[in-house]
Amino acid sequence: MNNKPKIGVYVCHCGVNIARTVDVEAVREFASRLPNVKVVRNYAYMCSDPGQLLIRDDVEKEGLNRIVVASCSPRMHENTFRKTLAAAGLNPYYLEMANIREQCSWVHEDREEATAKAKKLVYAAVAKARLLEPLYEKEVEVEPASLVIGGGIAGIQAALDIANAGFKVYLVEKTPSVGGRMSQLDKTFPTLDCSACILTPKMVDVANHPNIELLAYSQVEDISGYVGNFDVKVRKKARYVDVDKCTGCGICAEECRLKGRIPSEFDMGMGKRSAIYLPFPQAVPAKYTIDPERCLYLTRGKCGKSPKCADACTAGAINFEQQDEIVEFKVGTVIVATGFDTFDPTRKPEYGYADYDNVLTGLELERLVSASGPTGGNIVLGEGENAFVPKDIAFIKCVGSRDKSVGNEYCSRVCCMYTAKLAHLVEEKIPGANVRIYYMDVRAFGKGFEEFYDRVRREGIRYIRGNPSEIFKRGDKLVIKVEDTLAATPLEDEVDMVVLAVGLEPRKDAREIIDILRLSQSADRFYLEAHPKLAPVDTATDGVFLAGCAQGPKDIPDTVAQAKGAASSALVLLSSGKVKIQAQISFINENTCRGCGYCVEICPYGAIELVTISRMGNPVQVGRVNEALCKGCGACAAACFSGSAQQKSFMDRQILPQIAVLGVMR
Amino acid sequence: MNTLMNEELQDFIQKYDLYGCVQCGRCTGGCPVTVRTNLNVRRFVYNSLDQSMLEDLAKLPEIWDCTACNTCAVRCPKGLKPVEVLMGLRNILVVDQGVVQPTVRDALESVFLEGNPWSKPRKTRSDWMEGLEVRIAEPGEKVENLIFVCCTVAYDPRVQILAKNLVKLLNKAGVDYGFVGDDEACCASEVHHLGEEDLFMEMVEGNTELLNEFNAERIVTISPHCFSTFKNQYPSLKPKVIHYTQLIAELLEAQKLSFDREFSGKIVFHDPCFLGKQNGVFDEPRAILKQIPGVEVVEFERKRERSLCCEGGGGKMWVETESKKERLAETRARDAGELGADILAVACPFCVLTLDDAIKAKGLEEQLRVAEILEIIGDLVE
Ligand SMILES: Cc1cc2nc3c(=O)[nH]c(=O)nc-3n(C[C@H](O)[C@H](O)[C@H](O)COP(=O)(O)OP(=O)(O)OC[C@H]3O[C@@H](n4cnc5c(N)ncnc54)[C@H](O)[C@@H]3O)c2cc1C
Ligand code: SF4
Ligand code: SF4
Repeated sequence: MNNKPKIGVYVCHCGVNIARTVDVEAVREFASRLPNVKVVRNYAYMCSDPGQLLIRDDVEKEGLNRIVVASCSPRMHENTFRKTLAAAGLNPYYLEMANIREQCSWVHEDREEATAKAKKLVYAAVAKARLLEPLYEKEVEVEPASLVIGGGIAGIQAALDIANAGFKVYLVEKTPSVGGRMSQLDKTFPTLDCSACILTPKMVDVANHPNIELLAYSQVEDISGYVGNFDVKVRKKARYVDVDKCTGCGICAEECRLKGRIPSEFDMGMGKRSAIYLPFPQAVPAKYTIDPERCLYLTRGKCGKSPKCADACTAGAINFEQQDEIVEFKVGTVIVATGFDTFDPTRKPEYGYADYDNVLTGLELERLVSASGPTGGNIVLGEGENAFVPKDIAFIKCVGSRDKSVGNEYCSRVCCMYTAKLAHLVEEKIPGANVRIYYMDVRAFGKGFEEFYDRVRREGIRYIRGNPSEIFKRGDKLVIKVEDTLAATPLEDEVDMVVLAVGLEPRKDAREIIDILRLSQSADRFYLEAHPKLAPVDTATDGVFLAGCAQGPKDIPDTVAQAKGAASSALVLLSSGKVKIQAQISFINENTCRGCGYCVEICPYGAIELVTISRMGNPVQVGRVNEALCKGCGACAAACFSGSAQQKSFMDRQILPQIAVLGVMR
Repeated sequence: MNTLMNEELQDFIQKYDLYGCVQCGRCTGGCPVTVRTNLNVRRFVYNSLDQSMLEDLAKLPEIWDCTACNTCAVRCPKGLKPVEVLMGLRNILVVDQGVVQPTVRDALESVFLEGNPWSKPRKTRSDWMEGLEVRIAEPGEKVENLIFVCCTVAYDPRVQILAKNLVKLLNKAGVDYGFVGDDEACCASEVHHLGEEDLFMEMVEGNTELLNEFNAERIVTISPHCFSTFKNQYPSLKPKVIHYTQLIAELLEAQKLSFDREFSGKIVFHDPCFLGKQNGVFDEPRAILKQIPGVEVVEFERKRERSLCCEGGGGKMWVETESKKERLAETRARDAGELGADILAVACPFCVLTLDDAIKAKGLEEQLRVAEILEIIGDLVE
């Protein structure tokens, strides 16, 4: 193509949005006198079909080879006009936009001044358009496999959907079993389905699915690469049990010298397990694990004469020599479904959780009411002779949520409903119990929630509006200091048991995944989605998606919906098999680069690394951009001391003339 | 008659972030005085949103029941300070409407004229030092610990012993210290709580200037009230501020101080609101007591963050609460008695005064006495 610039300038009225404040005719007239400008037109709506046709016709008839559109923000219509250029047979990157709407007509009132500014913006765009170069989008292949991190209900659902679509899934779960928090719940609101009954089949499906490789008791150590091509390294922790031999019979746990001595994580420390254990009866995989921090043999090198588990195991599955194993594989997409932690109520010492055994958390009560729990589903407090069934029971909502004093300003979204559910279960299990719920608001926003809340109240559960301030003990009773705000009456309510409806928090180990994947966090410290409304499962890193409570508190219905969304987003990439990568990316001139590495540090996407090249026979370090990772933010170009890092379409020699025009012209 | 400008009223809402309140009731729920008075601080937060009511609210007697323990502010999930709303109303009453009880007027006048609320002459502030070897700090000269005595400790014969014992301990431990001396003036904590905001600001300015002139690494206060006020309400004060229990715990830890005598008895420690709840100093006083040879330290059921206020702060030294119900200090004394404690230990001069009275009222003098930590340990060191 003849590269002498022949520029077409198109000034849009945007109905009256621009034309009311900017004299578009004056701008047109002005632009026609600018160097290299061959055609200038103004038109009511440039983005409309006829508007775009104007450009196509002029390219054909007048041989234009650069286009300037003076209209709205490029965020709005840059893509529209790039397609117009492509349709006209021009490289789409020969487009420059002058934003005379958001940056001019919408923010000014004086017509004369606004018109002068619009002229300036158009002149600047023309100055840059002359220097534009053609760019070409590249495509890369997508590895037809996905990594799912976290085996709670979110991870399970996402893994199943992707696997059912015919793609390979690696599901990495940190603990010995999948299931997550949902496996600890007794019944689920608002329908009161038994949690295990609806979850267990899905857990089994995960284990049996031909497309799913379940890596339980494992941790992601490293992920490198970019969308479509992630290299993953996973550490499979030693279980000291040969999973191919273990039949899950459980004789080992029966025989373990520490049987009944170790607090069970699954039962929130209220039940006890052995050093070799299955976290819970329905665990998947149904393989035993030796707790390396507790096992006598592993910690002291000696367990009686010989380890009793090994003696008992008829399958010969116990293997104290087992080592961690590193597994490496490639995937095209990653789904982060690492879930949440519950709020630690010792951070609100006024509730006495650390001091009083009869102050429980909601999750602890879930285990107490569960038939598979430490008390077989009976709500009994105390032990031995002191055991008793509580009669006066109070729930306190919003513990650790909506509370600036502990740094959690957000609503945890599930506590209102799980409180209603647990209150119902308590009422059912303890006939004649006096159950009251202290609350500041009741948020029953989901499908069937308000109906459930109505039902529970009518079952005889009192809702008292007031958020308790303090708990102390008087004799055998716990005293709740609270105001009934509707009656404006301060109370000292004496009860046998207090249940704290603790909120949901980001996991304490959330940083691990942040460091590996360079995720961001929102103000509430949960992982940040790319856009709160329009890209709720995407992240700033292409090919990495979020599902479940890792992104923010949510109930099971929302978790599953989001997991399905994340799976489908991953499937879009996996099934198309190819992904386009940005054209307006950065590059580094290796002849002038001084290898200071400043860009490497500044790049938010980890797209630049230092490589060693030979310069006149000497090895030197220079920065190099990974084109698949670069998002074209330009941070490196702004930071580079030697001007070696440049961003395509925004190179110094392209934008300096543009800036110069803005600076000198009146 | 409306004595307030519309703007002032608007500012009231802004200043106390009244729109931030969600009416959860944690403030009133936690407020210790609700068991014996009509004060419902949440309702003051709520009603203050109606500007036309402010002046009437300021006239309600229960605004004077607040002890400024700050429980409401500590517990509020939205970061409001309900207690300050009450102080704002007191300010409207005292300053804008000029309605002041005689006891309060005397205290305020005394602070203005004599630098203390006890109507004592300024020039006798250091009289307690007589016969003691006390180091006085010089402005400009480097000093590690600048000691601030407190008006009550300086003048009230019941608690002067605190300052005297502190001198003894500091000398013994070879600490680099200096007292502020004759120029020391009221920290004005109680001025703020009595609603005289203008005088409070004036005192803050004067004291900041005075204390910044010393080249001190840190200021050590005897009273938790001075401690909390300097720490939280003196934005331009340069040195760090600590409470004496923090200094003593530090000296014991570094083995610069040790006890020569033992005390074989039971001690229960009462957390002063201005030290514990408001500033998180819970461990140091306990650490000191636990190092006393022979001692048995026991705990109240309501301890640390859940401690019960003794009603000594918030201007309560000058305004009596009309209530026939048991005083909180009496509840405290009774609980200490039930624990079988020999000493009800405190770390605050106001607590000494309120609890002393309570023990007498409850007729517990025979089995129990109140002692400030400085009183206790002063006796245990040669
Ligand atoms: C007391 C209580 C009661 C509830 N009751 C109900 C109810 O009745 N109905 C309802 O709809 N919702 C209820 N919920 C909410 C429900 O628990 C959540 O919606 C659901 O568990 C979210 O699932 P998830 O997969 O996102 O997270 P999780 O359940 O937390 O699962 C995350 C999984 O990821 C694993 N993991 C974490 N980090 C890593 C890592 N770095 N590498 C590998 N694996 C990792 C964890 O071990 C875990 O298995 C309740 C919540 C609580 C606290
Ligand atoms: S604790 Fe705070 S938010 Fe709650 S009622 Fe009191 S002032 Fe309002
Ligand atoms: S400061 Fe203490 S006494 Fe005053 S209102 Fe708040 S909680 Fe009640």
